[in-house]
Amino acid sequence: MSETNTKSGSYIGQAWLVILLSLAFGAALAGVQTSLSGRIAQNKQAETYSVIPQLAPGADESKTAEFILTGKDGKEARVYQALASDGSPKGWVVPASGQGFGDVIELLIGLSPDLSTITGLYVLNQKETPGLGDYVTGQDFRDRFKGRPTDKPIVIVKSEPQADNEVRAITGATISSESVSGIVNTALANLQEPIAQRSGPGAANLPAPGPATE
Amino acid sequence: MAEEGPTALERFINGILPENPVYRQLLGMCPVLAVTNGVKPALTMAGATAFVLICANVVTSLIRGLLKPHLRILVFTLTIATFVTIADKFLAAYVYDMSKQLGPYVPLIIVNCIIIARCEVCASKQGVWTAFADGVGMSIGFALALLSIATVREILGSGTWFKLHVLPASWPGWGIMVLPPGAFLTLGILLGTAEWFGMRRRRAGKGQ
Repeated sequence: MSETNTKSGSYIGQAWLVILLSLAFGAALAGVQTSLSGRIAQNKQAETYSVIPQLAPGADESKTAEFILTGKDGKEARVYQALASDGSPKGWVVPASGQGFGDVIELLIGLSPDLSTITGLYVLNQKETPGLGDYVTGQDFRDRFKGRPTDKPIVIVKSEPQADNEVRAITGATISSESVSGIVNTALANLQEPIAQRSGPGAANLPAPGPATE
Repeated sequence: MAEEGPTALERFINGILPENPVYRQLLGMCPVLAVTNGVKPALTMAGATAFVLICANVVTSLIRGLLKPHLRILVFTLTIATFVTIADKFLAAYVYDMSKQLGPYVPLIIVNCIIIARCEVCASKQGVWTAFADGVGMSIGFALALLSIATVREILGSGTWFKLHVLPASWPGWGIMVLPPGAFLTLGILLGTAEWFGMRRRRAGKGQ
């Protein structure tokens, strides 16, 4: 039998099937990814547009303007300017992603036109633990970010928030909660300035809009 | 080579009721409890699981002559994970809202014991045709189980079946049925019922 080969040969003799299968399956997955990634990105884009009115109250999704900006990390990032049906700016929607507890979490962050406050948060994609970490998608948790100022990083706390940049964690899912706040903080630090330059001097005069319409 | 064990037809029939993966083998409880609050997510999950189960069974059967006993579980897992990833991508591309609703439960098909059990029990020992029939039978059995639980939960919980109203609009909708406790209640009652029928049949068989 092949197991009685010389020692160095027997490792390959035993594992060749696993190695071969890994290569074959890897190639198959690469093929699937290449052929489907366009469609998946399109679906995400469509979802992003559909939630823009939630994230920037008063916005009309068909009026959204897209910008490709260069963040402070030197990478290009896509941001959306939310506009009302009359063309007046209602805020910004910034896609951001980062590692969560389970897998990458993808967020959309809504910002007021002057970028001073967070007006909404939406979870595009997550694979957090069902029943604990996946509460990050819930309205209740996402609303805790609403109205937070953007001049200080958001801090996750386990008790009732004392300062206006504090957000209470989900019980039993501190890591997921901190992942979300970390993604928000990183994205804001990275893109706030480039967006401010793009939005120009006039944008800062607009007041933050009223309550969300659903 | 001479085949041992049940024939393809026996495997196929066994999967549907006599060895139903949920009601008789009590496998795959995670999706059974988690995605049966509506008929549509339940069927999507059943479809994805069927794809993975049949493909994994066929591939495992094709390479069964090459498997080393101590590496077989590794190969099974590798095969299953590949097909699960393909299924996940397809759902995200073509039924995006279902993919979002099922969330992590699609990747969790990897750890669904039904599939690895079929690879171990049937596909790694029997021919491709038998393994295929076994996969199809088990998939139908799993789909029937998910469908039965989802039907009870959706009708009692929301008064609808496949989002179509089947109960009068005055039906209050038992909220608990669409929540996790409803899954446990429904599964328990249906399991008990299936067991009761099975016992009656066995007793009737003995009496003759």
